[in-house]
Amino acid sequence: MNTIDLDKLGKELQEQYGEAVRVSSDSFANVLQVQPSHLVQLMKALREQYGFNHLANLTAVDYREEFQLVYHLSSIPDCKTLTVKTRVSRAAARVDSVFSVWPTADWQEREVYDLMGIEFNHHPNLIRVLLPDNFEGHPLRKDFRMGGEK
Amino acid sequence: MLQTDQYIINVGPQHPSTHGGLHIEAIMDGEVVKDLIVHLGYVHRSVEKIAESKTYQQFVPYAARLDYLATNLPVLGYCQAVEKLLDIEVPERAQYIRIIMAELSRIASHQIAISAGAIDLGATTGLMYGMRDRERIMDIFEMTGGQRLLSAYIRIGGVAQDIPEGFIPAVQSLVADVPAMVEEYNGLLTGNEILAARLKGVGILSAEEAIAYGVTGPNLRASGIAYDLRKADPYGIYDRFDFDIPTGSNGDSWDRWVVRIREIEESAKIIAQALQDMPEGEVKGKVPRLLKAEKDREVYHHIESSKGELGYYIVGDGSDKPYRLHIRAPSFINLMVLPSICREGTFQDIITNIATLDPILGESDR
Amino acid sequence: MESLFINLSQAFTAWLMSLGLSAGWADALLLAVQWTCIVAIVTLNITILIWLERRVSSFFQERLGPNRVGPLGCFQTVADALKLLTKEDIVPSAADKLIFKTAPALFIIVAVMLYAVIPMGDGMQVVDLNVGLFYFISIGSLSTICLFMAGWGSNNKWSLMGALRAVAQMITYEIPLAFSLLGIVMITGSLRLSEIVEAQSGVWFIILQPVAFLVYFIAATAELNRGPFDMPEAEQELTGGAYTEYTGMRWALFFLAEYTNLVAVSALMSTVFLGGWQGPWLPSWIWIIIKTYLVMMVFFWVKWTFPRIRMDQLMSFSWKFLIPVSLGNILFTGAGIYFCKWMGWC
Repeated sequence: MNTIDLDKLGKELQEQYGEAVRVSSDSFANVLQVQPSHLVQLMKALREQYGFNHLANLTAVDYREEFQLVYHLSSIPDCKTLTVKTRVSRAAARVDSVFSVWPTADWQEREVYDLMGIEFNHHPNLIRVLLPDNFEGHPLRKDFRMGGEK
Repeated sequence: MLQTDQYIINVGPQHPSTHGGLHIEAIMDGEVVKDLIVHLGYVHRSVEKIAESKTYQQFVPYAARLDYLATNLPVLGYCQAVEKLLDIEVPERAQYIRIIMAELSRIASHQIAISAGAIDLGATTGLMYGMRDRERIMDIFEMTGGQRLLSAYIRIGGVAQDIPEGFIPAVQSLVADVPAMVEEYNGLLTGNEILAARLKGVGILSAEEAIAYGVTGPNLRASGIAYDLRKADPYGIYDRFDFDIPTGSNGDSWDRWVVRIREIEESAKIIAQALQDMPEGEVKGKVPRLLKAEKDREVYHHIESSKGELGYYIVGDGSDKPYRLHIRAPSFINLMVLPSICREGTFQDIITNIATLDPILGESDR
Repeated sequence: MESLFINLSQAFTAWLMSLGLSAGWADALLLAVQWTCIVAIVTLNITILIWLERRVSSFFQERLGPNRVGPLGCFQTVADALKLLTKEDIVPSAADKLIFKTAPALFIIVAVMLYAVIPMGDGMQVVDLNVGLFYFISIGSLSTICLFMAGWGSNNKWSLMGALRAVAQMITYEIPLAFSLLGIVMITGSLRLSEIVEAQSGVWFIILQPVAFLVYFIAATAELNRGPFDMPEAEQELTGGAYTEYTGMRWALFFLAEYTNLVAVSALMSTVFLGGWQGPWLPSWIWIIIKTYLVMMVFFWVKWTFPRIRMDQLMSFSWKFLIPVSLGNILFTGAGIYFCKWMGWC
């Protein structure tokens, strides 16, 4: 696994995006926390300038007041990895789609919409992918009531 | 050209060649596929929601049921992710046993891919050859975990118990027979003129498209990119083994087929090395009875499953259950390219392409 | 032994005439008995044949196959036939009922009609038509219509697709099939099957016409919808093609007819290329049975070895390869005949 030069990346991104992007790292990954408004712009830069050509994983976590969207990027074939996170409020669970950057976001965003109920702007075909179309609710939300819980 | 109406034909979810409950809506013009819509979810069990109500140990058997044809691989991925999250050490001997089990699973999975692919193409006898050889691997799994198909032998912190007597000779004789098995598959199937005609130039997936759509595993390697997480980001002890990454050049069904057959040989190479180097010792590390992850500690761990990059994203919340568990299922992502590689092909090519993409619906629908 | 059946039929006619029937009535009754025998033999033979194919294919696939019902499992087919007879007969509500119901019956009738001209032994032929070969080919091509009726009547997309494939495939392969037999007709100068058999008393036509034999074998496999040319059925793709909607005995009739066709084509192949009923030591009717079964084993072998070919490849294989080859064979045969005449060999 090639590690990325986080300081250099952080400095460059700080210059370009200012406060919109925060760089940090935990014991496993380098993390960029980005404002939803700058998400697609940042992702495009990460793909085109920094070589993160592979959107490995796209998912969301329900933190009750907010949703956190998590994007795990990596590069093929040298496997540099980077995690990008963005938070949206529960009331306005909406974020721009990264489909234009990586087509693989298509079904992954549909899955997040299906199970977590976050909508994606400019997604070509935002319909449920795993659950039936007439399903009510989004089961991975923490407030989803499962059967027998009434 | 004769102008004809387009019609829709529904392939699946009850269809012999969709490898599970896959539903494909094919928009056809005669025998030519104009477009394809994939409908998923017939095997959806909401595994990610179930995980939130199970302790870390309790989820292990659920992981085994994701990719039920390569059961040790998803279990290995899950256990390694939890071990990373909770800083659990795995003893050396267990590491080697895990490698052997994982690679046996990969061989079994590829054997199913080839033999099921053969029957999808009408070569009924090919099915039985692959199944016959896979049976020996199932017997080995039964020796270790007591279960043939869905063994949860790999556990958090190591493996359930030490390998039984007779395990090593059984694996050794299997590894010794792998070249003969591959020879037989090549003789009956790969070397067949009709099979070559059915696979060559069908369902071409370019390297650019494969990366853009996040396709990984043998399907990506068939497109000519030598990307294998066992080499690119060695997890466990994979950096100690010497093996090659087989790649294709055209990204067609033929390359996907050949890459899988060659991967069987490479896996056998890894198993042989692991058998040789395996030390004596403990098979389970020090694992507390109650596994608790710190709040907001999270991990994304990916392994090279037989279908591609299998990732687990786990978020802890201080309790003994994961706050959120997400599975990056390679079959789910790989299926995304199915419409684009089937377009303008014939109806029969849909079946070929499903067979060579080798999705597993238990994993893709979760 | 040799003239067992001929003696039997003569005795039967004599007995009928002794009862005071005229010669014409006796012949008509004999014909009826002959047809009943053919149908009975065909059906009985097929129960054996289905069992045999299942056993043989199991050995190819390192399985055991049916081995529980009766010695070596040989009553398995009987058990299966009884099961099929007692199954519910489902006619889809959207089906074109008349066409749906007549298709299987017609298919088996056409298949049995093929046996009229095949010489089952020395002088053992129901009718020795002077256009026997022509009759066989034209009746054989009627099965196309039956398959199309089944596909159309089912009112199901899978069935229709299977039926369309069947029609395209059978029409395409009819041409090389007929052309491959032309070389033999040129050599013998006759379409009468008994004469073709007699012409092989010296050398079998498989030696004189090896190319024609191969072309005929391939085209016949396609005509029979057997693997690797079983696209009209294609369980793995079309979920059974034209037979998708059929259940119980109607489906079994199709199955029966396919095997009837297989036996007929194998018997014709033995007749035309392998010297027919001719052979040393054994009675003629045993020879034709041996040869027919050998040819059928080759059909089994091919089916259980090869993957299925694709539809467009199938069509281009016939139009671009088999037809030119069979035409070339006709040209070569013609030149050969002239050469022989010129040299004074024949």
